[in-house]
Amino acid sequence: MSLADANTPAPSAAPKSSILTTDARTKKRNRAEARFKAYGIGAIVLGLAFLAALLVSIIGNGIPAYTQTFVTVPVYLDPAVVDKQGNRDPAEMAKTTTFGYAPLIQNAFATEVSQNGITTDMAPKKLADILSASATGQVRQTVLDDPELVGQTVEFRLLASSRVDGYLKGRVTREALARDKNLDAAHLDIIDTLRTAGVVNRTWNWDFIFGADASESRPEQAGIGVSMVGSLFMMLVVLVLSLPIGVATSIYLEEFAPKNRWTDIIEVNISNLAAVPSIVFGILGLAVFIQFGHLPKSAPLVGGLVLTLMTLPTIIISTRAALSAVPPSIRDAALGIGASKMQSVFHHVLPLAMPGILTGTIIGLAQALGETAPLLLIGMVGYIASNMPDGIAAGFMAPNSAMPAQIYEWAKRADPAYYERAWGGIIILLLFLMTMNIIAVILRRRFERRW
Amino acid sequence: MNDMRLTKQDVDMQDVKISAKGVQVFYGDTHAIKDVDVEIKDKTVTAFIGPSGCGKSTFLRCLNRMNDTIDICRVEGSIQLDGENIYDKRVDPVQLRAKVGMVFQKPNPFPKSIYDNIAYGPRIHGLAKNKADLDEIVEKSLRRGAIWNEVKDRLHAPGTGLSGGQQQRLCIARAVATEPEVLLMDEPCSALDPIATAQVEELIDELRANYSVVIVTHSMQQAARVSQRTAFFHLGNLVEYGETGTIFTNPTDPRTESYITGRIG
Ligand SMILES: Nc1ncnc2c1ncn2[C@@H]1O[C@H](COP(=O)(O)OP(=O)(O)OP(=O)(O)O)[C@@H](O)[C@H]1O
Ligand SMILES: [Mg+2]
Repeated sequence: MSLADANTPAPSAAPKSSILTTDARTKKRNRAEARFKAYGIGAIVLGLAFLAALLVSIIGNGIPAYTQTFVTVPVYLDPAVVDKQGNRDPAEMAKTTTFGYAPLIQNAFATEVSQNGITTDMAPKKLADILSASATGQVRQTVLDDPELVGQTVEFRLLASSRVDGYLKGRVTREALARDKNLDAAHLDIIDTLRTAGVVNRTWNWDFIFGADASESRPEQAGIGVSMVGSLFMMLVVLVLSLPIGVATSIYLEEFAPKNRWTDIIEVNISNLAAVPSIVFGILGLAVFIQFGHLPKSAPLVGGLVLTLMTLPTIIISTRAALSAVPPSIRDAALGIGASKMQSVFHHVLPLAMPGILTGTIIGLAQALGETAPLLLIGMVGYIASNMPDGIAAGFMAPNSAMPAQIYEWAKRADPAYYERAWGGIIILLLFLMTMNIIAVILRRRFERRW
Repeated sequence: MNDMRLTKQDVDMQDVKISAKGVQVFYGDTHAIKDVDVEIKDKTVTAFIGPSGCGKSTFLRCLNRMNDTIDICRVEGSIQLDGENIYDKRVDPVQLRAKVGMVFQKPNPFPKSIYDNIAYGPRIHGLAKNKADLDEIVEKSLRRGAIWNEVKDRLHAPGTGLSGGQQQRLCIARAVATEPEVLLMDEPCSALDPIATAQVEELIDELRANYSVVIVTHSMQQAARVSQRTAFFHLGNLVEYGETGTIFTNPTDPRTESYITGRIG
């Protein structure tokens, strides 16, 4: 009896807990952890839902902008109208204005309509409302480019007016036309017939991607191409200026500068600059580059300079982060075998920091590419980018718009056809940003090295 | 006292490579090295021992002016290499470091190929006239680093892909490739296993033929095995300096004795 007692533990000791059952404390901790995970997943799901909604609305609204309605019309290029002198001299022929071409096209279209078995009491002029106002200009330009065509019947693929285009895209309804002076319901009947006949069709429109902007009343003609070129020249300026200046500044501050009050002040100010609203850089650019420096207004060069100011802090901050992430042992190793400071930085530290530097630079560039506010103040927003710059110098100096400015401009215009083009432009802008981010990822992978 | 005089005579007989007099080092307000006098002989292995934080690394880094890279660090006194003050205004520390090489506690190969790790020093110092020359230097250095046999088939593989011990020997090979006159080693074996340690120790012994080697170590056995002379540091002071045998068997200072027998540290 007493022997058995000796082997059992003293009753006063706490009962031994089993690890097969979870105690209250552990349960509570597990519940807290599960809750936290649920919040995280919830946040991600919410984010993805917003992203999906955004993408669906952008693609849904924007894709129609990439197709356009065209009307195929054979036009007899009457010498009596287009070449009054009869000598096929483009300089002389240019005296016939687009107005002069209007009857030619109106009549050609009326003939095409009647040839498709449609009888209408509409005058050719009214009938031609189906065509874009740009049709006359298009025919005239073709003739001036190739005077040999005069006297022949040439088949033209003319833009339909934006109302007709909207009708094919389901944007314009018969009811809506009751209040519209530009097109009547009668026109729509004709379009239906011409569509089955293959005269009117809706096809892919490269001109939206590569073309120039048009006036308020001709959305069917507008393209984002010229402002894309404007953005390209701006990005060139930003890249060429901000990468070397930013990287050199960061290397100096991070590797060479003594740590004292002055460099502290500079450091704090660079961080502050990164938080300055971009419109402030815009007004600075207006004051310094345009009013003081007398650079041309609306020029991509000025836009690039302003965006460089804006991008520099981003590049400097990310480059310094990349440099300071390089282990100091690498610097010691180089210095220890008698490399100079500069050799140690350029041979060893910089290559290791490269992925970070490139990522930072590309993210800075992507930010600059999408920036609109500073462009407002230097006159790039609101400028109608209707002409491709001729030559490199003009690309920098001639007034132009930029992609986000163009999108803003379109969204602002009254015609719903422009609204559609704004969405279409956003798709291109997003594609550019995506490409830049993918390049950043690829570069990071390529340059990434273990140490 | 008697011992100190003996040491003096000893030094005078052999070449003195580095002679430090009244060296004081400050990190801001911290007084890390207090009035240290040391004479390091040529073609000798000198060991620095002492408890953690006593200033061994700090003093070692004074010898090739690596402390210059620390903004708050201030060095006073004079350190002469072959009779020339290395803290003289006219001395370019970069040129000095080519003569006084350093191996660090943590292996720090460049994230480049094994070949480039070794070739970098000779390249920047213009030691090789052509590719064949460079190849020869690389092979010779890797052999002296006792790592040639292990890497000769993969000279163009990354140096960071080697094991810790191999990396450390690579770093030693890299240090000897620039033909320094003095080699400073800060706890070169702290990350190594006994086999790699033995290899490195063997290497240090070989290096003694051409260089003056200074090694910081926490292992008393290692100091006893590889060094001819030992310096014991304590709280920034050089407590005792002399023949390794004497220091370990018959120390004069009670602090040295307690450290060696494991009572302080
Ligand atoms: N970069 C530095 N900045 C400020 N103080 C430093 C710095 N490096 C070392 N110290 C100080 O100097 C003193 C000596 O440090 P040191 O690194 O030389 O010691 P150690 O003997 O090498 O120690 P261990 O054996 O742990 O490596 C310590 O008190 C340390 O705190
Ligand atoms: Mg140390």
